[in-house]
Amino acid sequence: MSTPINAASIDPTTDTGYFAEKRRFREWSRAWKSMVKAKWPLLAIAILLVVLFAAIFGPLVSPADPNRQNIMLRLADPLTVARNRTFYLLGTDGLGRDIFSRLLYGSRISLLVGICAIAVGGAIGTIAGLVSGYFGGWIDDVIMRIADIQLAFPFILLAIMFLVVLGPGVVNIILVLGIGQWVTYARIVRAQTLSLKQKEFVEAARAIGDRTSVILFRTILPNVVGPLTVIASFNVASVILSEASLSFLGLGVPPSVPTWGSMLAESRDQLLANKWWLAFFPGIAIVLTVLSFNILGDWLRDFFDPRLKQTS
Amino acid sequence: MWTFIIRRLLQSAIVIVGVTLISFTALQIGGDPTYLYVSERASDAEIAETRVRLGFDKPLYVQYLTYAERLAHADFGESLTHKRPAIEVVLEALPATIELTVFSMIIAIGLAIPFGIFAALHRGTALDGGIMTLAMLGQSIPNFWLGIMMMLFFGLNLRWLPISGHVPFLMPLVQGHFVQAIVSLPQAIYFLIMPGIAVGFYSLSRNARLVRSSMLEVLGQDYVRTARSKGISETAVVIHHALRNAWLPIVTMIGLEFGFLLGGVVVVEMVFSWPGIGRLVFNAINQRDIPVVQASVIILALVFIVLNLIIDIIYARIDPRVKL
Repeated sequence: MSTPINAASIDPTTDTGYFAEKRRFREWSRAWKSMVKAKWPLLAIAILLVVLFAAIFGPLVSPADPNRQNIMLRLADPLTVARNRTFYLLGTDGLGRDIFSRLLYGSRISLLVGICAIAVGGAIGTIAGLVSGYFGGWIDDVIMRIADIQLAFPFILLAIMFLVVLGPGVVNIILVLGIGQWVTYARIVRAQTLSLKQKEFVEAARAIGDRTSVILFRTILPNVVGPLTVIASFNVASVILSEASLSFLGLGVPPSVPTWGSMLAESRDQLLANKWWLAFFPGIAIVLTVLSFNILGDWLRDFFDPRLKQTS
Repeated sequence: MWTFIIRRLLQSAIVIVGVTLISFTALQIGGDPTYLYVSERASDAEIAETRVRLGFDKPLYVQYLTYAERLAHADFGESLTHKRPAIEVVLEALPATIELTVFSMIIAIGLAIPFGIFAALHRGTALDGGIMTLAMLGQSIPNFWLGIMMMLFFGLNLRWLPISGHVPFLMPLVQGHFVQAIVSLPQAIYFLIMPGIAVGFYSLSRNARLVRSSMLEVLGQDYVRTARSKGISETAVVIHHALRNAWLPIVTMIGLEFGFLLGGVVVVEMVFSWPGIGRLVFNAINQRDIPVVQASVIILALVFIVLNLIIDIIYARIDPRVKL
């Protein structure tokens, strides 16, 4: 790495005090400069802030109840003003529900599922990877064989099989998507742990009699955070796509909760009537959110590993 | 070579056992699986009878062994909606799914290679930037939404392409009607274009980026510079020196791609009412027809495992570094 510091050579348990403070500040300012230089990540962050705002304050800013049906105003065009002066910015769906409000509420599910599933998968995968890489031997064999079996199975099929039995629900979908992701984290963390456990600072920690859990989580883990954030960013993107697919298949959250995927599923009934806005807006919302996470992931990868930037 | 193939076969066998374990767990995870095999209006006596008939009253390990044995005989139980063996229903839908998967694979790989090479050769230009921006966008579009949008635009507004329908190609081929298969090929492709692009676009984007970086790495090597300095034409350098070595990561990626495309096909089939396993699964999900869901998922997993095996063996043939 051509960075001012070599993360792997610093023992994070002792890296405190004035110089560490200064070094961290330098890292953050380097991140900011690189982001400004690349421009796109700034746009991505701006978009994600808007989505986050919609997810948190959606109920306050949404013009209508996302589930209120209005049979008189079915399939209204975008920019329709109703008699009671309600303004339908993005039109209404087949049941006369306001699409803009549904879109705002839908952002909650996408972000919630995206982030929680990553937390679940990341936690399982990181622990499995640390244990696998640090102890080696039969534990390593068992964990990695399980990972192989899971990879030999197209993920969406696995998700379908479990969700059909478990039934729809936010928790179920988070668990299934999360468990679907652990292998990626486990492999990365394992590879890093294998090389880190040879380093002097880990040996030193062992020599002074640190407990294994301390070595794993306080000595090794902080040095793996860089690659983990890169993976996580790409992963949120793909989990949001998977959630949309599963909702589209009717396997996501219960029908009373609006999601971008289920909005698209409902739009299918109106396609032949050419009611494009039913399908267009939820899709755009997914694309922008996923694109932002992908752009961030790309930038993070370049930031943590400048060597890659020269070739790609 | 043979030791490699045997080792690889053993690995596949272990994975298949893993698949049966996972699907068995999926059945058990919601409590008594009997309820998954009877209709909602079933009487208590009927439920009790089914429980005994399917052996769900026995200990778990006995249940698993029975389950595995039934799977070995391709017995997934009777479909609740079709009233005949689930495996039959699934195998009828399989050819259409394979057609779509292979076609989207051809799009994903066939276009990714030229686009990736082109972008690598024009590195840093506006064209390269354009292709890579499009590729980034392609990795962010849900496949089924792309399908819906194409359907609206090319199908309903421009009326260039059909929004649904399917002309079988694989089925007559398997049944030995070669002439019929060849004659229907153009029609079959006509119906495959939109669903194929919808499924393949994500992979196309990802692979174009992969081919580009793989090419850039190779183009920076000394032997490529030597070839150029000898005055060999640029085309020859790209094809004979660079592409030959950039080829290996591309073959690896083909193997990984199949599983991914299969997953995409399942969702996109719904959009275009494609008569394959995806549509079957969707309807089965809505009717809670568990035998059909299980049969579909396991058959697709088997297809994936076999394809991966074949690709690994091909890989071993073309990469001299794989120990034979």
